[in-house]
Amino acid sequence: MRNNIGIIIQREFTERVAKKSFIITTLLMPVLMLLMMAAPALIMTFSTPSNKHLAVVDNSGIMYDAIKSGTADMEYLTLSSVDIPADSAIQNATYDGVLVIGSDILDNPSNATLYLHDAGGIEVESRLNRIIKENIENYRLKAYNIENLAQIMAEVEADVHVGTVRIDESGSGENTSSTISMFIGFAMTFILYMFLLMYGQMVMTSIIEEKNNRVLELVVSSVKPVQLMLGKILGVGLVAVVQVMIWGILLCLMAAFVVPLLLPETIASQVTMMQTGTLDMASAAVDPEMLQAIGMFTSAAYIATLFGYILIFLIGGFLFYASIFAAIGSAVDNIQDASQLQSFAIIPILVALVFSLSVAADPNTTAAFWFSIIPFTSPMVMLARIPFGIPGWEIWISALLLYISFVVMAWIAAKIYRVGIFMYGKKPTVRDLIRWARYK
Amino acid sequence: MNILEAHNITKRYTGHTALDDVTVEIPRGSVYGLLGPNGAGKTTLIRIINHITAPDSGEVIFDGHRLTADDVVNIGYLPEERGLYKKMKVGDQAMFFARLKGLTTKQAEGQLREWFERFGIMGWWGKKVEELSKGMAQKVQFIVTVLHRPKLLIFDEPFSGFDPINADLLKREILRLRDEGATVIFSTHNMESVEALCDNFALINRSHNILSGNVAEIRSRMGADNYRLAFQGDPQALLAALGERVSRCHISDPKDTPQGLTFNAELKMQPGTPMRDFINIANNTVDIVTFDRALPSMNEIFISTVEQANSRQDSQRSVSVTD
Repeated sequence: MRNNIGIIIQREFTERVAKKSFIITTLLMPVLMLLMMAAPALIMTFSTPSNKHLAVVDNSGIMYDAIKSGTADMEYLTLSSVDIPADSAIQNATYDGVLVIGSDILDNPSNATLYLHDAGGIEVESRLNRIIKENIENYRLKAYNIENLAQIMAEVEADVHVGTVRIDESGSGENTSSTISMFIGFAMTFILYMFLLMYGQMVMTSIIEEKNNRVLELVVSSVKPVQLMLGKILGVGLVAVVQVMIWGILLCLMAAFVVPLLLPETIASQVTMMQTGTLDMASAAVDPEMLQAIGMFTSAAYIATLFGYILIFLIGGFLFYASIFAAIGSAVDNIQDASQLQSFAIIPILVALVFSLSVAADPNTTAAFWFSIIPFTSPMVMLARIPFGIPGWEIWISALLLYISFVVMAWIAAKIYRVGIFMYGKKPTVRDLIRWARYK
Repeated sequence: MNILEAHNITKRYTGHTALDDVTVEIPRGSVYGLLGPNGAGKTTLIRIINHITAPDSGEVIFDGHRLTADDVVNIGYLPEERGLYKKMKVGDQAMFFARLKGLTTKQAEGQLREWFERFGIMGWWGKKVEELSKGMAQKVQFIVTVLHRPKLLIFDEPFSGFDPINADLLKREILRLRDEGATVIFSTHNMESVEALCDNFALINRSHNILSGNVAEIRSRMGADNYRLAFQGDPQALLAALGERVSRCHISDPKDTPQGLTFNAELKMQPGTPMRDFINIANNTVDIVTFDRALPSMNEIFISTVEQANSRQDSQRSVSVTD
């Protein structure tokens, strides 16, 4: 009787891992994720806008040159200064559009209109707006007749980057950018969300299936129902852990060996300089935040740490939610009947996901703290907070509570399961489940 | 000695009592029929014996000690509602169930090969269960049930879904297992197979054990004073001569046989009428062609016992209502 739970785990694990679908998703998912991250950049490079020829009717006489030079890098845009009335320029079909600038543009900055025959594209519009704005500002500044204006402007201008340094208990600072932390936190939360839902429901449907094709009767004559339930949860959980670990290892390998090869040498050297603290921010060729991000993604150790946290909360969260899903699965005869009861597991998961988004705005509010401690939402919200660097004791308390709650939840679930698996026919209500849990 | 004794088992669910003070004793090395109408409580009793559910009161003695969870390795159970994992391969699946019953991988594989070869199904080993027909799957389930050589085998409607040839194969295997020392509990609605297989039985009705004992003994007890008689002569004269001693009789229309007109009669005598008296009177009045004691079939015993029990219970209930 003792080692039977091991046999159940083994069956659940090998049957799932041997499936083609598991092998394909496990190997393909990281590739897909990378593609998805790269997709916007790829789309940008491959879809150049169609050529546009704009006529500029510059009634003020001071804008055309600025516009011309300001749009020089937009290769698809051709500009021609025309000296005809706006109406006839608009009628002229050789131009895709006409930009009309009023003669009083300096006093009335809104007096500029772009007439287009077809959709213009945001890039053109926003660029024109900016150039005209800057040009007007320049002219207005000049009107004050300040000496050495150009020099003053150069001195005033500042390229601001607020670097955030978190001071942890040991007193040594660690550079973290909020944007990067938010991104990492959300990515981890999302992975967890996917796993809790996917694998939790896997436990549920597999119990319903066993009940439905009556193999259950055969199994419970050799195994205690509790053992069967725990064996299934642990077996499926093991599959999830293996999948996450494979992804973690793949990402670490990519970070350690593949990404450095792809990086231009200048950036790579600056990343190393930044990591050793010898980089002079002002001399950096790239946005320091970008450098920091690259530094993180090329550090296998950092990625491994993150996956360690994912595993702690994935295992705890999965065990907790899978117990709920198992109780629901045991009570119903088919998936349709499960849909209502399922909301007891799905709604908290969704709430946690939504709340994790807002945690990114400020990870240290009281609400964020409690949501990351209370077991229903804690695994996901805690993962969203971890990248911001929160005190270690919060993480460990949250994890401890989660695992204790799993034991309690599994105990309740086992009581429901024991009765539920022999109930056929009537669609159970929540009240039924509570009554079953109370049977001695 | 009994391999299994269930004493005063009571099991209540919300709303109804599945078993009410039921006692059964199952002699070692016999085939024991567990009979009863649908919903009588048989499956609940079987689940209690299998240690799947626990009784509210009463105790189960297995092989001389109180039944524990560890005893399930000595029990093989083929449930009525049975299935297998559809996506799993037949061989893997059989190994899985065998290991759950405590066999090592090596033992399990050796014995499974033996059984698969005996049933001529070695070719199914690598197939998925969903590729098998219902009957084929049932064979696999049967093997899985008996593979670990349990002391006690429980079959719930084992023949349903089998064609006559395979049902016969199964019947022979069950008897072979019994001859090798196993005890078999056999639950079915097919009364002919009870007559053919069972040594003892218990009839469960509305959560009570209403009749149990040895099949032959009960049939002969319930068949006492029942006779089947074929004769030539005057039926009225026979009835007149038997007089008050007849409590019920049925005489069929005469058949024209080469020996002349022959009547077939089924007669139930008053309890205690000696068979010798009956034969003497009949012999003096008509020409006896054949004479036989009419043993009731298990089917008749089942129906009459259940109906009697139900009407007694119903009348008791109506009495208590009028009180």
